[in-house]
Amino acid sequence: MGTTIVFFIFAIMAVAAAWGVVTSKNIVHSAFFLALTFAGVAVLYVLLNADFLAAVQLLVYMGAVNIMVIFAVMLTLRGDVKESSLETKKWGLGALGAALVFIMIALVILTNADWRIPAQAWSGQGSALAISELMLKSYMVPFEAAAILLTLALVGAVILAKGVKESK
Amino acid sequence: MSDNFAAVGVLLIFAVALPVIMMLMPKLLAPNKPHAEKLTAYECGNEPLAKTAWRGFKSNYFMYAIVFTAFDVETVFLYPWALTFRKLGTFAFIEMFIFITILLVGFWYAWKEGALEWM
Repeated sequence: MGTTIVFFIFAIMAVAAAWGVVTSKNIVHSAFFLALTFAGVAVLYVLLNADFLAAVQLLVYMGAVNIMVIFAVMLTLRGDVKESSLETKKWGLGALGAALVFIMIALVILTNADWRIPAQAWSGQGSALAISELMLKSYMVPFEAAAILLTLALVGAVILAKGVKESK
Repeated sequence: MSDNFAAVGVLLIFAVALPVIMMLMPKLLAPNKPHAEKLTAYECGNEPLAKTAWRGFKSNYFMYAIVFTAFDVETVFLYPWALTFRKLGTFAFIEMFIFITILLVGFWYAWKEGALEWM
């Protein structure tokens, strides 16, 4: 019962904030509404017992990706911010595209028998514990490879942003 | 099920209520005497450069956002490790040490290229 109430509070919050993202005329407000959507989705992950995913959602998506979005918006700001996102008026095509993507995902889920949804809800100690055992025991090489990937992403981002110095 | 998160819910209620209360109290208690000088954008006491605070940032700040994102993803990997590293012992500790050492290479590169310099 309590879970259902919490679900509806945060599901409605996430959907309402998503509505705010697409309808807000001020693009900075859109970016902050996006953070609220991410937060609502993080609570839904908690309700699904996916606490690691919730942490990723809060730390990476809300904490880092959304900061990047806000920075990108603030960097490219031109003219009056109160009317920086007027294209939202033309939402017919966007609605069509979103509906098509939704139908596609729904078709995949409904027609694919092997979607691996277990009959019982998972009731372990928390997904972060299970993930850490997998990550640090069975999949330690991919785990270290992830570090190399992250390092390369960091180096690549610095090169993209600053350019490479000519070597002599 | 997710009862462990009840404490987080209590924290969330306080986190939402506190700023609302702190913003409402001055509205109710403080005297309101607007003046043209008082309504200009606050820039640490200098003459403000623009009428409002809604201005574009310098693109240099984007570097910090990028470096921050990479290290934020690293922090996410530290979280499950912190839950079990006592149980998994020295091996997990060495694994995480290697993980962070690899990432330090990227940090060293960003530092060398001056991505962290204040501009």
